[in-house]
Amino acid sequence: MQFRFEARPTPSRKVFWLSPLVAIALSCLVAMAIFALSGLAPVASLITFITEPVSTMYGFGELLIKAAPLILIAVGLAIGFRANVWNIGAEGQIIMGVIFSGGLALAYGDSDSWLVLPGMVLLGLLGGSVWASIPALLRIHFRANEILTSLMLNYVAHFALIFLVHGIWRDPAGFNFPQSKPLGEAALFPVLIEGTRANLSILFAPLAVLLAWLLLKRSFLGFQLQARGVSQSAAQYAGFRADRAILVGMLCGGAAAGVAGVAEVAGPLGQIYPSVTPGYGYAAIIVAFLGQLHPVGILFAGLLMALLYLSGDAAQMILGLPPSIAGVIQATLLFFLLSTEVLVNYRLRRSRDLSSGGSIA
Amino acid sequence: MTELLALMLAAVVAGTPLLYAALGELITERSGILNLGVEGMMVIGAIAGFAAVYATGNLWLGVLAAGLSGGVLALAFGFLAISLRVNHVAAGLALTIFGISLGAYVGKPLVGQSLNITDAQLSGGLTSIPLVGPLFSAVHPLVWISWLLFAGLWYFTSRTRAGLVLRAVGESTASADAIGYPVMRIQYLATGFGGVMAGIAGVFISVVYTSIWTEGIIAGRGWIAVALVIFATWRPGRCLVGAYLFGGMTIAELLGQVMGLGVPTELLSATPYLATVIVLVLISRKDSTMRLSVPASLGKSLDIKG
Repeated sequence: MQFRFEARPTPSRKVFWLSPLVAIALSCLVAMAIFALSGLAPVASLITFITEPVSTMYGFGELLIKAAPLILIAVGLAIGFRANVWNIGAEGQIIMGVIFSGGLALAYGDSDSWLVLPGMVLLGLLGGSVWASIPALLRIHFRANEILTSLMLNYVAHFALIFLVHGIWRDPAGFNFPQSKPLGEAALFPVLIEGTRANLSILFAPLAVLLAWLLLKRSFLGFQLQARGVSQSAAQYAGFRADRAILVGMLCGGAAAGVAGVAEVAGPLGQIYPSVTPGYGYAAIIVAFLGQLHPVGILFAGLLMALLYLSGDAAQMILGLPPSIAGVIQATLLFFLLSTEVLVNYRLRRSRDLSSGGSIA
Repeated sequence: MTELLALMLAAVVAGTPLLYAALGELITERSGILNLGVEGMMVIGAIAGFAAVYATGNLWLGVLAAGLSGGVLALAFGFLAISLRVNHVAAGLALTIFGISLGAYVGKPLVGQSLNITDAQLSGGLTSIPLVGPLFSAVHPLVWISWLLFAGLWYFTSRTRAGLVLRAVGESTASADAIGYPVMRIQYLATGFGGVMAGIAGVFISVVYTSIWTEGIIAGRGWIAVALVIFATWRPGRCLVGAYLFGGMTIAELLGQVMGLGVPTELLSATPYLATVIVLVLISRKDSTMRLSVPASLGKSLDIKG
């Protein structure tokens, strides 16, 4: 028996929003298989895996703290992805946000000026944008592939931060550990929900969702960006400028990542470490796709991915599995999502006519 | 003189994983498939090969495990990109993220473990062969194999009919399909080959180059290999030059650290990545060169016929 794809007259909205749910269900099966292979009860372990991290108010706060940067960055990246601009450098742009804002935080954190925090956010935004503008300009002026250049700059940013925390930023009272002194009160976001670590910075996420929605759905620039995503030649023919799409697409991701970096150091970390991000820049790529590159979809996807991060830690403590199981399931989720995407534009038909093409046996 | 020779040899050894991965990706891309999952396949090849050598002490079993696991991952990517027509960039990123996470997961128990094997075992037992043995103690067998592969692939892409068909598929997938070539089968083969090569590149790093397992062992080399394919303008010859050039850069970094130049070590560590950016800019600058070199159908799947 053979199956073949048959083009739908119009892409199916229903399948479009259903496919992430199918991907989640399939990933749960994979997770259960991993538990079974590790000698654990599959169903009970899955329930523990998913519910344990958010069983307390504190845990719920942790969820918000992890989801906020993921949503913020993914929304920024999605704008670029929609315009066929592939910014893979969010990880480095987070770090640049930290580097740009770190100087201010260390110098004026102990003052009682309310200006320190807004200043840090602005500098972080600037840092992420500057770092993202490098691959954008190299792409515009020299046609250099932005995927590769933005990714390479992640490593460069990483070494720049290591240089700083091993050198001028090292805490003299820190027993020679490569880390800065703890940031002062003025450089820390106030806690938003009592009894948790959830601070004011989590509000950046819904703000980003709103701004992105306005840009994509209500502005001409957003229309131009998305036209380029659908067909670059059509966008060019319509006179939409490619260089502007590339620059805007990259800068949105960079600015968002820079702010997320500030939120990390001025929030849960409270100090500058060599590893300021647990792979948020890469995880945000999954979040963007899982949310179907739609701001509201990304909001939900970010919460789910954040839950998986926490589940990884719970898996280590309760189930005795390495925390990297979270990454495996996150990536599996993306695989399944991409696989089910094909059904948005095509439907699967059973065919007896073996001569027809496009079949997957 | 001998010092210079030793340095060159060190550059060659450092460049060998890049050569394997880049040659594999070159063949994949020549068929029109852009697989950005090289980094992920290298990680999986590295851990699979390391685990196999750790358990058996046999280099060749490690190479087999690495090649197979890299190939399987590449075929999974192929299913998405070739059969399901998923965006190649998205599918490749998924593969890289998957490979890095899975590598960290399954490699957890081996973190910090080093291989307890003799030099003879590390050379796959070939050094004891009479007459030719010394050749393999001077230069690792996998380096010799990479040279053979390089020659074979150069001949294949430029001098054989099959190589011409492969290039035709990458230049115009639709035309090659219309002529009647089994386009999808060719793309699967090319993608699978790329995965096997990435796997071997991975095991070279984890077993031959470092002989110790740590997370993040591949450190972006898979991405540098993808950049090398562009630098090579999709020609094997320039791949070889590029791989050793970047290998040399890694050596310079180590040398700089040993000799204690007045340069921060972090700057030296960042050099290969900065160099990749600069090289990409230099090579991409000339629009005509790129237009003539890049397989015209790269990254575009064959349309589904309804």
